[in-house]
Amino acid sequence: MDTILTVDNLHINFYTNNRCNEAVRGVSFQLKKGRTLCLVGESGCGKSVTASSIMRLLPPLSRIEEGEIIYHTDQGDLRLHELDPNGPEIRSIRGAEIAMIFQDPMTALNPVYTVGFQIREAFMYHTKMAAAAMKEKAVELLRSMRIPAPEQRVNEYIHQYSGGMRQRAMIAMAMACNPQILIADEPTTALDVTVQAQIFDLMNDLQREHNAAILLITHDMGVVAELAHDVVVMYMGDAVENGPVEEILTKPAHPYTSALLRSIPVLGQSKSQKLEPIRGSTPDPYNRPKGCQFRPRCDFATEKCLQDPETFDVSADHTVKCWHWEKVLANA
Amino acid sequence: MSRTASRLDRKMDLLKMQEKEGLLKSKEGSRAVGKFIQNKLALIGLVVFAVILLSSIFAPLLTKYDPAMIDLRARLSPPSWEHLFGTDKLGRDVFARVLYGGRISILVGFGGALGAALVGVSLGTYAGYKGGWLDKILLRVSEIFMAFPQIILVLLLVSLLGQSLWNLLVIFTITGWGSVYRMARSQMLSIREEEYVQALKAFGLSDAIIAYKHMLPNALGPIMVNLTLSTAMFILEETALSFLGLGVPLHIPTWGNILNAAQDLTILQEAWWIWVPVGLVISAFVLSINFVGDGLRDSADPTQQG
Amino acid sequence: MHREKEVLLKIRNAQTYFPVQKGLLKRTVGHVRAVDNVSLDVYRGETLGLVGESGCGKTTLGKSILQLVRPTGGEFIYNFDGQEKDLRKLSNEEMMQARKRLQIVFQDPHSSLNPAFTIFGSLQDPLKKFGIKSKEERKQIIGDLLEAVNLRREYMHRYPHEFSGGQRQRIGIARALSLGPELIICDEAVSALDVSIQAQVLNLLLELKEKHKLTYIFISHDLSVVEYMSDRIAVMYLGKIVELAQAEDLFANAMHPYSQALLSAIPVAEVGRKRNRIVLEGNVPSPVDPPPGCAFHPRCPYAMEMCKTTVPELRKHIIDGREHHVACHLTDARAVTTQKTS
Ligand SMILES: Nc1ncnc2c1ncn2[C@@H]1O[C@H](COP(=O)(O)OP(=O)(O)OP(=O)(O)O)[C@@H](O)[C@H]1O
Ligand SMILES: Nc1ncnc2c1ncn2[C@@H]1O[C@H](COP(=O)(O)OP(=O)(O)OP(=O)(O)O)[C@@H](O)[C@H]1O
Ligand code: SF4
Ligand code: SF4
Ligand SMILES: [Mg+2]
Ligand SMILES: [Mg+2]
Repeated sequence: MDTILTVDNLHINFYTNNRCNEAVRGVSFQLKKGRTLCLVGESGCGKSVTASSIMRLLPPLSRIEEGEIIYHTDQGDLRLHELDPNGPEIRSIRGAEIAMIFQDPMTALNPVYTVGFQIREAFMYHTKMAAAAMKEKAVELLRSMRIPAPEQRVNEYIHQYSGGMRQRAMIAMAMACNPQILIADEPTTALDVTVQAQIFDLMNDLQREHNAAILLITHDMGVVAELAHDVVVMYMGDAVENGPVEEILTKPAHPYTSALLRSIPVLGQSKSQKLEPIRGSTPDPYNRPKGCQFRPRCDFATEKCLQDPETFDVSADHTVKCWHWEKVLANA
Repeated sequence: MSRTASRLDRKMDLLKMQEKEGLLKSKEGSRAVGKFIQNKLALIGLVVFAVILLSSIFAPLLTKYDPAMIDLRARLSPPSWEHLFGTDKLGRDVFARVLYGGRISILVGFGGALGAALVGVSLGTYAGYKGGWLDKILLRVSEIFMAFPQIILVLLLVSLLGQSLWNLLVIFTITGWGSVYRMARSQMLSIREEEYVQALKAFGLSDAIIAYKHMLPNALGPIMVNLTLSTAMFILEETALSFLGLGVPLHIPTWGNILNAAQDLTILQEAWWIWVPVGLVISAFVLSINFVGDGLRDSADPTQQG
Repeated sequence: MHREKEVLLKIRNAQTYFPVQKGLLKRTVGHVRAVDNVSLDVYRGETLGLVGESGCGKTTLGKSILQLVRPTGGEFIYNFDGQEKDLRKLSNEEMMQARKRLQIVFQDPHSSLNPAFTIFGSLQDPLKKFGIKSKEERKQIIGDLLEAVNLRREYMHRYPHEFSGGQRQRIGIARALSLGPELIICDEAVSALDVSIQAQVLNLLLELKEKHKLTYIFISHDLSVVEYMSDRIAVMYLGKIVELAQAEDLFANAMHPYSQALLSAIPVAEVGRKRNRIVLEGNVPSPVDPPPGCAFHPRCPYAMEMCKTTVPELRKHIIDGREHHVACHLTDARAVTTQKTS
């Protein structure tokens, strides 16, 4: 399998309000062609920040401190983390080769242009297509997103779309140029399950037809089980566990992953199951615990956990950042 | 460009180091206050505002002259140590008149703004919460009042009641409540949809308690900003009306009445000290209020990240 | 369940329409039929789940029960300790007493508490209104409420922004409990919470239900959560209830084509369980101008001729001795023992 993107030991800090927040502290993963990687974890753990750093779209008061983001193209490797975030190289990649679906569609779509215009603009910038063909392709894309009456909708503005349709319009734009890498930041949280299912089908098509790599951010374990090939679990900026989906969901080696799985209701088990909430609450990012970030809430914690845990190999491509992962596995 | 970037980087490095050593604490106190203080223009505005306001209030401590004291021997004397801003046609000390005039002008400005706010907020809060026909009617009425030519109203009142300070306050309230009403109302319209309001309704609390006690405090920020800005506006209007001889009676010193003297062409040309200082004071005061208002608005607005 | 079930709330032909206004003059050009002829019994002590697409009228139905929006028509007959009265026809005094028994927990932990007041400030007014005059007593009660939802008493003097989402949601629950209600409507009460906190709140709700003998109407779009919480589940589509059954029965044997599609679309947190997803063609129709006949017919894979003209009624079917209500011509045609839901 070809690796198309490598993120290695990524650290990102935020410097807002005259404080320093280590939003991402050592995340590593690889995106592979034709595979889907899911990034899961609770709100504020750094999923969106990681994703937007790949596109070099971080907000102004933040900085990549350490680590590498490498895009492997046919012409050789591109070190994305070294590019000027406003420079021509990254701009020619954005949208064409790496596309992103944002958490909030209103920030990504321009209210003063029609949806069709914005899709055509993407074509204009990245491809050489005749005007008529572009128009047709835009309609085609909206149709494939199951937006009703696409011929008419293509000439409408974003405020005339419903929430779900906005999301789909943005997905249409992201998919417009058949990107190599599609980053989807919670693309379906605002949508109904029936519409969500349609959109996942479309992402699957993109993957099958163009062998695209997908980085999907979600906190729905159901979505993970259904779409992911690989999973990265994040907690407070750390990538605590990383591995193939079957292993993560059935044999979690990190206490956080296993606690997370025990705290969500599983469909089909009705009231017989017992939910075990994770005790305590997420720490304040400005007042982090020493050593392992999960320590105050962890059942396995010992003295040793006051030191930052190292990365251990559970199996060939399953890694975990926990001192006592063997105990966790044995306990399952 | 690269220089600013590296400066930013150095700042970031510093913060990172301090954070590592645990030197930074999350700040107690309001983020809004911090932002206001960081806004230099607003801070300067606040200082100027305070200086002018305090010197008006403590006028007797700053000048030994009575603003109404006529001294015919010293008519139209230019600025000197004796008379800082010179004297006017009747030999009254202009400095004292500016100080004492500030009292009335600021009072009229604040009073007018307060009166307008009182009427506008109390109507707007209730109507915005209740909606329906009451709101529709009040909205139309407020439009009528806002569109009504002020000068006609002034002429009407002056001819009916004669010139007085109270007239001005009444006029400012009548012409000013409309915009406050619309603002309070639109605030309430958005707060009305908040779930805590629904929860209060589910307990069957009375409309007045929900609207005035629970919702209004959340709408006060923008209303306060509006209050400062309309104070500035009313001070200017007082000046304009007094200048036309329609405002406060001429024998009471106000900034507008002092300027009124400049209607005389010889004074305009030869006795600049009568109208230049007071003009500067008015401009400075109005500007400072505007800066404070803008600063308040920015610091109250959570979308303005910083 | 063989105990004689006591009906707490009987809803009959409930309708809630919102006017659609257009133009400068705000002329009413039509109505959003947010709740359209809903009939439903809620039993004392049960949890009734309410699911359906966004915009199908779940929240509106909940608010109509509480009379937070005025229903356009129908009856909401509430069992006041044996005395049945229509909530729509209560006098002001009676409504005030009814409000003690009916409460709601909201979705958004950020807008459900007043940012300008401490928790005590927010929670004390209802108590005052219902006759608890002394401040000490109110403090006592609010402290007890906070402890009931596993928060510390001292928290009553804090402001909402000092709490996390899960804590706020628990305060919202404490507020709903403050007058000793019988029926609580949980409108997406856990949807905005992080998965790891969601479980805390769900377990708390179950605990409180036991302790205070509560009845819940549990609205959510997350079907695994609804399944975990509910005894019975009602599926709504475009303002109407299309299926109503015991939770197990619905998940094992959904009969309405829409419920089938809905259930098939839920991702399941279990690897390798690839499902046969039923993909619905077409978009959700507008509730202003719902399709004639069965509102689902433009998207229904089994639509027949009569579906385009005749509205299917919610009928009671007895399957393996258990009630299962469905509004679909197809089921009607198949079923042997049917009976219109009164
Ligand atoms: N624009 C920003 N300014 C300041 N801090 C930010 C900004 N964006 C993110 N952060 C901080 O970075 C951390 C990670 O945030 P991020 O948005 O990546 O979380 P997330 O995992 O995407 O959460 P969610 O599931 O809620 O989207 C948080 O502590 C957050 O406070
Ligand atoms: N106050 C209102 N005025 C006009 N229309 C409304 C109002 N409230 C709701 N509606 C409309 O009524 C319909 C049902 O809305 P409702 O909020 O009950 O849906 P819901 O099932 O709760 O959806 P969701 O899952 O998104 O919360 C929608 O079409 C909505 O647009
Ligand atoms: S390192 Fe220690 S505290 Fe952290 S997850 Fe592992 S056992 Fe728990
Ligand atoms: S009544 Fe007809 S259209 Fe409606 S769900 Fe049943 S089969 Fe489908
Ligand atoms: Mg995010
Ligand atoms: Mg709702």
